[in-house]
Amino acid sequence: MKKKILSVVLCAAVIASMTACGGSSSGTTETAAAGGAAETAGNEEKSDGGTAADGSDFKIGLITDVGGVNDGSFNQSAWEGLQTAMADMGVEANYLESSTDADYAPNIETFVDEDYDLIISVGYMLADATRAAAEANPDTNFAIIDDATIDLDNVTCLMFRQEQASYLVGYVAGLVTESDNIGFVLGMSNETMNQFGYGYVGGAIDANPDIKVQQFNVNSFSDSATGKTMTNTAITNGADVVFHAAGATGLGVIEACQEAGVYAIGVDSDQSSIAPETVITSAMKRVDNAVYDTVESLINGTLEGGIHTYDLAAGGVDIAPTQDLLSDEVIAAVDEVKAQIISGEIVVPVTREEFEASYGDVYELD
Amino acid sequence: MDVILKNLGLLINATLIATPPLLLAALGSCFSERSGVVNIGIEGMMTIGAFTGAVMGLYTGNGWLAFFCAGLAGAVFGLIHAVACISFHADQTIAGTAINFLGPGLAVFLCKAMFNNSSDTPAMAPSSKLPKLFEGVFPTGSFWNNVLNVYSVAYLVFVLAFVCWFVFYKTRFGAHLRAVGEHPEACESLGIDVYRVRYICVVLSGFMAGLGGAFVTLATINQFRPSIIVGQGFIAVAAVIFGKFSPEGATKACLLFGLCSGIKSLASQSNMISPNLISMIPYVVTILALVLFVGKAHTPAANGKIFVKSK
Repeated sequence: MKKKILSVVLCAAVIASMTACGGSSSGTTETAAAGGAAETAGNEEKSDGGTAADGSDFKIGLITDVGGVNDGSFNQSAWEGLQTAMADMGVEANYLESSTDADYAPNIETFVDEDYDLIISVGYMLADATRAAAEANPDTNFAIIDDATIDLDNVTCLMFRQEQASYLVGYVAGLVTESDNIGFVLGMSNETMNQFGYGYVGGAIDANPDIKVQQFNVNSFSDSATGKTMTNTAITNGADVVFHAAGATGLGVIEACQEAGVYAIGVDSDQSSIAPETVITSAMKRVDNAVYDTVESLINGTLEGGIHTYDLAAGGVDIAPTQDLLSDEVIAAVDEVKAQIISGEIVVPVTREEFEASYGDVYELD
Repeated sequence: MDVILKNLGLLINATLIATPPLLLAALGSCFSERSGVVNIGIEGMMTIGAFTGAVMGLYTGNGWLAFFCAGLAGAVFGLIHAVACISFHADQTIAGTAINFLGPGLAVFLCKAMFNNSSDTPAMAPSSKLPKLFEGVFPTGSFWNNVLNVYSVAYLVFVLAFVCWFVFYKTRFGAHLRAVGEHPEACESLGIDVYRVRYICVVLSGFMAGLGGAFVTLATINQFRPSIIVGQGFIAVAAVIFGKFSPEGATKACLLFGLCSGIKSLASQSNMISPNLISMIPYVVTILALVLFVGKAHTPAANGKIFVKSK
């Protein structure tokens, strides 16, 4: 009998660990004291000196997805933006971390009950919970990052043109490669994630028409070992620059590049600290800037619902500031391309149709 | 021919990346299970090992020392399990489950306390990691580079598997541990200290699970994150049952899992096959192998049963 119980428990545990992909952050949901670790905002601060509005009457809450506020990626970036807003405008801010998908709704409810003025949900996984809360509480302002499906007056959708940043790093890869052969490792194939691929492949082809882009889909954001073996495969097949858009899976990508002595390109934040001699640049998503802007417009009374898109021109996406491994020619060329994207001279494809119209069916992961 | 050789090299390379953490944990688990103590806390022990390995690698800069310390951290968790299950007669499944919560929880807590509230450790320099064999001897991407230029521990674990087999079947201690797992009362009447044998086995399983976790942070990648061990401990436990609770069986099972992950990497290029189907490969292969080749596993008779020492 005991054996039977054990095997049932074991099966349940295996299934639980398989389905709870990516997550397993720090135990239970926690509330952080507002003052903590304000100096961690590593990116340049957007301090306007004395001109910033006074927001001391405003309470702003941030709900993370399962990554938590120190994920080194967009949850962290969002919290950093809020911390900067706290320092500049005197708003009161708190965050709640979600350990599982089931925590989203209760976390939002907690902030609603405490009369927060603005509740920011980080990530498209929170879309359903945010929509439900926004419908039930029309007087509370909500903002959600990476989701454009909520059409309510009190919800601000913050979207990023990640394909523009990916285009820039693709352009870098196209210039830097010596073998005309580069790699791309994707965490999951869906509309949002494929935009990284459209931009990267497009940028690489524009920089270097003869280029070959090896493309892999790990189908996981937490499988570093497979990320590493796929990158080894790419390198064995001749790639000398590999870009990942794959969360923690990407750690394996960067490590494989470091061991083989080829270049890697990071994602979301400036990842050069993971391997300073290997990560030549990163495609950055400035979630912190978007959060800061949203708080500022809330205080100024100009906050509106609907979709707000942060692109290269608005500083919503960018190429990483660390460029020590790039030659001056490459930096100059990339700056030129950046100006052309901002001026509209270069239009980076966002959808499959747009991509295939410009480059043909060379992106394989969609 | 070149293509076959190249892909074979990649397959071996992938196997040597994916197998060692599982195999280390599974070998340790064999000791615990065969001595009669169910240990499903492997996952928690691996996580604390992974964390300790990353931290020690960062601070000492010595991969081997960090690897050993990770084993010690795992052993401490093994000791907790042993005290609960052997001395205090706790239910072994529940104690193991508690370890699975405690390990990751403590690792993240300590990480946040030590590294400015971050749940990742900073990345360590390549020189702080475990050494690789034949670094820079073969050209990047060549067959021999993929097969031979891997972390030395990846080969060492197979030596260790042989050592475990030897201890199990060729030493007095091995005979004792197998007997203790089948009929502890009989062993006691013959003067074998059942508690002592089981303590050694459970602590050893913690030690090896800790090493398995540290392989991930000191060889596969170069830092700790909470999500890097998710599920591997349970796969190791499954491999032990799959391998009929013997070191040689567990080795084969872990190699099979490792090989599947290699196939997964090779097959997922360019979305030729649906990535969801590819992700199923290791599990489908396991079920098929279980049904077709393995047959009934003999669970040690006293496994999971509480044994109370007679006065």
